Amino acid sequence: MIRFDAVTKQFPDGTVAVDELSLTAPTGKITVLVGPSGCGKTTSLRMVNRMIEPTRGTITLDGQDTGRMNEADLRRGMGYVIQHAGLFPHRTVLDNIGTVPRLLGWDRRKTREVSRELLERVGLAPELGARYPAQLSGGQQQRVGVARALAADPPVMLMDEPFSAVDPVVREQLQDEFLRLQAELGKTIVFVTHDIDEAIKLGDQVAVLRVGGRLAQVAEPSYLLAHPADDFVADFVGRDRGYRALGFQDAPRLPLRSERTVLLGERPGTTDAAWLLVVDDDRHPLGWVEPARIGDRPVTEADLHRGGTVAREHGSLRSALDAALSSPSRRGVIVDDGGALCGTMLAHEVLTAIEDTDRPERDEADPVHGGASAVHDAEGAA
Amino acid sequence: MTWLADNWQTVLTLAGRHLYLAGVPLVVGFLVSIPLGWVASRWSRSYPVIITSTGLLYTIPSLALFVVMPIVLGTRILDPVNVIVAMTIYTVALLVRTVADGLNAVPDDIEQAATAMGYRGVRRLLGVELPLAAPVISAGLRVAAVSNVSIVSVASILGVSQLGDLLLDGYNRVIWGELLTGIASCILLALALDAVIVGGTRVVTPWLRAQEARA
Amino acid sequence: MIGSVLAWFTDPANWQGEDGIANRLLQHLGYTAMAVVLAALVAIPLGLWVGHTGRMRWLVSFANSVRAVPTLGLLFAVSLWLGPKIPGDLAFTVPSILVLALLAIPPLLAGTYAGIEAVDPAARDAARGVGMTSGQVLRQVEVPNGLPLMMSGFRSAVLQVVATATVAAIIGLGGLGRYLIDGIALGDYPQTAGGAILVAVLAVVLDGVFAFVQRRVVSPGLTGRHVGGRGKDSRSVAVEADRPSADVRSSA
Repeated sequence: MIRFDAVTKQFPDGTVAVDELSLTAPTGKITVLVGPSGCGKTTSLRMVNRMIEPTRGTITLDGQDTGRMNEADLRRGMGYVIQHAGLFPHRTVLDNIGTVPRLLGWDRRKTREVSRELLERVGLAPELGARYPAQLSGGQQQRVGVARALAADPPVMLMDEPFSAVDPVVREQLQDEFLRLQAELGKTIVFVTHDIDEAIKLGDQVAVLRVGGRLAQVAEPSYLLAHPADDFVADFVGRDRGYRALGFQDAPRLPLRSERTVLLGERPGTTDAAWLLVVDDDRHPLGWVEPARIGDRPVTEADLHRGGTVAREHGSLRSALDAALSSPSRRGVIVDDGGALCGTMLAHEVLTAIEDTDRPERDEADPVHGGASAVHDAEGAA
Repeated sequence: MTWLADNWQTVLTLAGRHLYLAGVPLVVGFLVSIPLGWVASRWSRSYPVIITSTGLLYTIPSLALFVVMPIVLGTRILDPVNVIVAMTIYTVALLVRTVADGLNAVPDDIEQAATAMGYRGVRRLLGVELPLAAPVISAGLRVAAVSNVSIVSVASILGVSQLGDLLLDGYNRVIWGELLTGIASCILLALALDAVIVGGTRVVTPWLRAQEARA
Repeated sequence: MIGSVLAWFTDPANWQGEDGIANRLLQHLGYTAMAVVLAALVAIPLGLWVGHTGRMRWLVSFANSVRAVPTLGLLFAVSLWLGPKIPGDLAFTVPSILVLALLAIPPLLAGTYAGIEAVDPAARDAARGVGMTSGQVLRQVEVPNGLPLMMSGFRSAVLQVVATATVAAIIGLGGLGRYLIDGIALGDYPQTAGGAILVAVLAVVLDGVFAFVQRRVVSPGLTGRHVGGRGKDSRSVAVEADRPSADVRSSA
């Protein structure tokens, strides 16, 4: 657990980058620091491993004051990932990953093994191990950066906009794989980003900072979306809050209707329906066809309209609504965990389900910190 | 500095010759290095060839180059032309790389915007790329100017007359006033050339002054 | 003319003895080595320090301004000043070595400083962040990454010294410069030209040797000479380090 206790950073020229920040980053969770430029999020992060020294206040790591620990030892116990990876150009990828183990004195063989394992774990081909950073793409370099941070298996990871320097498609892949890794490893992570969507997607707890380094609100993502503490947070979180919040709410048992299907290669048969769902032999939905256009001949791939998204039965309300809205027939396709068809539902049916769900309750006593208590309770129990 | 007071006319004459021997190669070398540097920057296959061969020439010590010139040019050893040609070769060797790197450093998007507007070839070079590469090229030119002044003084050993004469004579006849005057004159000449180049660059790059003013 | 120069080279008598080519060559190499080592003892630690801490950058600009002093003048002045104070034959070599070392300092200092300065700030930040001590950052990250420019500066220094050592023959230093100076004094052009050619060849060969060393010593990750896989924009980096930097533009 990392705790900020009224931490302030004031630079010699008078600028206050961080102003009395008090925050707890629970063990095993991802805490995201987010805010506009100049809000002190990177400064705060860099104070955790003392790349920058606080002017006032203390930061404790599992109860120990970081200010009293040896700097190099402190940093070797934390994974550090920065925006442009900061890989050492003169070392191979494998040697880069093995940096901290070597610093800690691990023997070469063990370091190599661990490095190779991690290379695979972050989704890179083994051949890349012998290459140099200059030969890698931006996304690959970032993955190596993450692997390097994980090499000595530190309990804490500090990440400063690690996915910002890559293009959106790569960024999404990296984010998804990051979440997968965290599910396996359960590290205490402090993550900085300027992108509120990234913060909401990745964070177990999101801390919004305002310019001047003050904490505006710290809460779980769904609480943040439902109850922004003030206008600044509301503005920063942005539009489509309601819609995005649906992404956090799992669909309750949805009323599904059964849907008539046709196999690819079969004839549609007689029907009045404007649209017909095509499935394969495993009852996986492939797309919709218009029987009127096909008439009496078999359904082929060329006839398929693939426009609609498909939602899982116990997935989020958001995906269910999107399935209904995007379907050519206006009937959202719902599948089970194996991808086989369960049934369909209409948009207004999803909306009824939405209206029946509860929003997170607002903490009247402490709008700024209220939404974080659930996260901390879980931590306390751990 | 009584020596200087007594001999200032000689010093001025020698300084004039020195300026000529150092300056002409500077100008000629600069003019030659522009097209060469441009070729090297534009056709990347030529870059290593041009840079390595000029680099090779720069490697040769100056006195050696002065001495070998008569064989190449068919002149007598005393002839100042040896010095001028050798110094020009040096200047070119130094500046080709600077010009090429300076031109390469012009951002791609500016070059492409210029091309899209219809600037091509030499016009683009003169109108867009050279002005933008001016700071880098100017830095190289300053180094060349100062080096040239120092190297030219060595030519006194060959009997080519310029400020180096003061050094040689001051040493041979142990006249400290003369020796020190020689050293000081060379330094002053070098600094003067440097200042002229800095000034010239400022005149040619008014946008940089505007940037400085804003910052 | 060329014929007589060739004759000078092929005369075996010119290769032996104190004034022989072999001996003069060794002397020249010896003086060069001495001067460069002396200069390195001062310039490299200083350059590393200025580059690593970022303080006293003016030292580098100041060292570069030494270029304005005419080398001939410096040689003469130091020789006149120190020569009488030194006994025996050393009176001819000590002033020269001193000046040679002094002239080798600016390129070495500038190259070392520029090399450290040019290290990717992200890599430097990451090095501190993963827990390297200041010394480890310098040794394990800054120096290896600064090597291309440092070696460039080193090669510049070597050339500077070889060239000036040639001229230093005029204040009594041995080495290949003797042929030039004595040849001019005697009007013996074959000797002069022969000496000049020897010096030129020595300079080119030395530079070639160090260029080779540079290629071996600098990590392939920096030069762009990779085994398999594409190198991204490695061309300019590779050639950048491939020749001695005449000016090391980063200062002034």
